[in-house]
Amino acid sequence: MKYVLMFVETEQFAQELAAKTAAEREQAYQRVYAWFDEHAGKISGGRKLQAPHTATTVRLDGPAPVTTDGPFMEGKEVVSGFTEVDVTDLDEALQMVRTWPGCPVVEIRPVES
Amino acid sequence: MTSTPADELARVVRDHAGRLAASLVSLLGDFSAAEDLVQDAVETALRRWPEEGVPDRPDGWLFTVARRRGLDLLRRQQNYRSKLAELQWPVQPAPDDRLRLVFTCCHPALAREAQIALTLRVVCGLTTAQLAAAFLVPETTVAQRVTRAKRKIAQAGIPYRLPRDDELPERLGEVLTVIYLLFNEGYLSSTRDRPHSRDLVDDAEWLTALLAGLLPAEPEVTGLLALIRLHRSRAAARFTPDGQLILLPDQDRSTWDHAAIAAATGLLTRTARRHRSPGPYQLQAAIAACHCEAASWAETDWHQILVLYDLLLRLQPSAVTRLHRAVAVRYVEGAEAALAEVDALRNELGSYPLLHATRAELLRATGDHARAREADQRALELTNNPAQAELLHQRLVRP
Repeated sequence: MKYVLMFVETEQFAQELAAKTAAEREQAYQRVYAWFDEHAGKISGGRKLQAPHTATTVRLDGPAPVTTDGPFMEGKEVVSGFTEVDVTDLDEALQMVRTWPGCPVVEIRPVES
Repeated sequence: MTSTPADELARVVRDHAGRLAASLVSLLGDFSAAEDLVQDAVETALRRWPEEGVPDRPDGWLFTVARRRGLDLLRRQQNYRSKLAELQWPVQPAPDDRLRLVFTCCHPALAREAQIALTLRVVCGLTTAQLAAAFLVPETTVAQRVTRAKRKIAQAGIPYRLPRDDELPERLGEVLTVIYLLFNEGYLSSTRDRPHSRDLVDDAEWLTALLAGLLPAEPEVTGLLALIRLHRSRAAARFTPDGQLILLPDQDRSTWDHAAIAAATGLLTRTARRHRSPGPYQLQAAIAACHCEAASWAETDWHQILVLYDLLLRLQPSAVTRLHRAVAVRYVEGAEAALAEVDALRNELGSYPLLHATRAELLRATGDHARAREADQRALELTNNPAQAELLHQRLVRP
């Protein structure tokens, strides 16, 4: 069984990172690498995702599912899980997500090849 | 009326750009490249036809230019080259090629503005400049929308395919919404002077007719087609020669296109006979048909219209629909009852000029001229449409 974590970056986080000096940024990266190293035995895989503009969001908490453009990036909403699926195209992924019984928002993002 | 090269180009592009794009997408499997080839050909024609004259076979000319540009573009992609060189015009792609194109452009994973821009550009062949003029936004904004949308189609894996039957209601709904928005935009801004030969209402009607031809069993497509054609049948009566808006009660009904009305209502009746429960476009068309068939404003069948609005509200419980329904309430139950309905909408539609204009009419009918003037004044402050503003102004200066 495979699990994938989806990391959500906020605007503030990006701004803070951009404001750092090159050396401070390097330190921040090193802490991330150290975290991966520390948990290396438990990480079975993972990939960098395409940028947020490639996202599609489906809302299932209304009377009918609503499909829209764009990622959700509100601070109160966080990604709670991630699973990698192998399908033909976005429509097939959408078809799967329509019947998703869990959390009310699902973001479909293509994996960077 | 002599047609200019620009008019001729508009006609040829509308009739052929979608087919040309569809055949190139099928061949190249690359939505974005196909779209660029067609746009390039259109823009070349826009520059050269006014100087060189319209070619004998304008569609063939566009195709030749698109293919030549394709060969230039694909010089580095040898595997496509022989296929592209073999391609003949006129091509006869499967009839659903253009339909696939429409569904790709209106995919729900694209933002609404992107759906509209892409559909007009890829299926109807509008240029960036024409899109910018139609929506009163800078050309760079349109270009960005189109670029973003094409990038998303490629990177997010939006397929170039027809929806399955179980997906069709949702996906067709998106397509019809886009066309309906085009139609509304064209209908409202028809007061502006028209230097360019493209009219969004024409494009909306053309697209709907194309869809109706390809999806004859879909009653809502027919409903939208009837709705657009019924509105167009009254076009000649909507404005004075100097461009002032004439409201429905004051229109000269002898200038309506009664043959078009009969054809559109016939279409609607035949569809209604085959399908028991009408959707929102059919209901709106049926309301338009009631108005079109009345010999005068006084003879309008308001009871029927009220029933249709009640059905529409069940499908689309929107405040704007309730506002329109209130007009029917006035003629069935009286101005006081209608006023109560409109007043109940003041929180939701407080910044909507039509709410205040309607309130003013109803207040005048109940004899409250002071408050009627206040409401007209409020409507005038809120409207952006010059013809609407002029009409409200006329009301206010009237003794």
